[in-house]
Amino acid sequence: METGNSAPLDLARLPAADRLLDVVGLFCPLPIIRTAAAMRHLQPGRVLEVLADDPVALVDMPNWCKSSGHGYLGWSAGDGGTLRFFIEVRQGSRVPPRAPVAS
Amino acid sequence: MDRSKIIAVGLISGGLDSTLAACLLKEQGLQVLGLNFSTGFCKTDARRALNRPGEDPRRLRHEGLRAGADAEIAVEVVDIARDYLQMVLHPKHGYGKVMNPCIDCRIFMLQRAKTYMEEVGGHFLFTGEVLGQRPMSQHSRALELIAKEVGLEGMLLRPLSARAMEPTIPEKKGWVDRSLLGDITGRSRKSQIQLAERFGVVEYPQPSGGCCMLTDQNFGRRFADLLDHTEPENVNIEDLVFLKVGRHLRLSSEVKVVVARDEVECNFLERYRNSGWAAEALDCSSPLALVEGEPDEKQKSLIAAVTARYSSGRNRQQVRVRLSRQGQEEVFEVAPASEAECRRMLI
Repeated sequence: METGNSAPLDLARLPAADRLLDVVGLFCPLPIIRTAAAMRHLQPGRVLEVLADDPVALVDMPNWCKSSGHGYLGWSAGDGGTLRFFIEVRQGSRVPPRAPVAS
Repeated sequence: MDRSKIIAVGLISGGLDSTLAACLLKEQGLQVLGLNFSTGFCKTDARRALNRPGEDPRRLRHEGLRAGADAEIAVEVVDIARDYLQMVLHPKHGYGKVMNPCIDCRIFMLQRAKTYMEEVGGHFLFTGEVLGQRPMSQHSRALELIAKEVGLEGMLLRPLSARAMEPTIPEKKGWVDRSLLGDITGRSRKSQIQLAERFGVVEYPQPSGGCCMLTDQNFGRRFADLLDHTEPENVNIEDLVFLKVGRHLRLSSEVKVVVARDEVECNFLERYRNSGWAAEALDCSSPLALVEGEPDEKQKSLIAAVTARYSSGRNRQQVRVRLSRQGQEEVFEVAPASEAECRRMLI
């Protein structure tokens, strides 16, 4: 699965986000770890917007969504070289309901 | 038996073997959950943090997530860096050829995975290990020792090699059909490549000695040097960050200098310019050099000479070099250090 070249979303049709997660300055896998933790607090159907600046997130974020069973709605360019990702919480995602194993 | 109720928890590195192990179990209808541990010693993570412009993000992707997407299994990435460092500093079973505590690493990860399995109501653990593939951690005795030490005797399945090993509890109980598992042993990749074709797994990393910096000769040398000059209880994650970039030159048991090799490394080290001395050549293009420890005047002059050696003024008779620290500033006019001098100090 390669999604690193996926086109950005139409700015006029960006999904409405229920919550914003700012992971600017963090490099993968930290944005994914924080995203997974944030998703646990949202009900199915809710949308999380993730603001990141690690370009590898363009590949990792859709891969994580496909792996976890959540809905990857797409990305858009944000201010100052940032990337905005939109993810929908899906009913029956494969992620088990538990707290992550902390370091 | 309804295998959809059986939960198998696996360590998914994202390499071909762990991807295939997950595919073999998913094919039998089990629920497969993957765990990927972020140890702080991943080469790809270090390359990501350098953030080189123009680098194709697909080459830096997280392979565990890629494996999860390909096999359509949930892969949870867990940050274990701080605890992992403690294990690396005190390996009960020692290091391998470099600074790789492979047996302790497997035990540590399996203990964490066992805890996770218990939390999610999993039935057993699996890994992509192949019997006899790696000399230190994957020979028969080591595999048994590892399972025993973690308290997983009989509950740790290696789907790729299962038929070449004693049946495990998941096989005996019929949670898994043993006849559909692999009997792969040794270092050849032929069977795995055939299996990859069967499962349609195309995008996988080539085996290259792994992603672990602890098996890397250069990193291992620097890490060993750090341990030689620092009490283990004082080593922290931030110390390791520096080991991943630049040239490292040891001036004395207390003083070391890290010199950036290019602009990207300069930008990276810039983020860590805080409490210690930093050196830069003036009037020419210069790398940033960060100093660890408290240099005396003679050592400062040597740091200036080393910095000059790696600047564009390396062929000049004299180069002016500024050493600065939190408002303090000293300028040295020095002859660039010779190649031989630098090599003598290089870690």
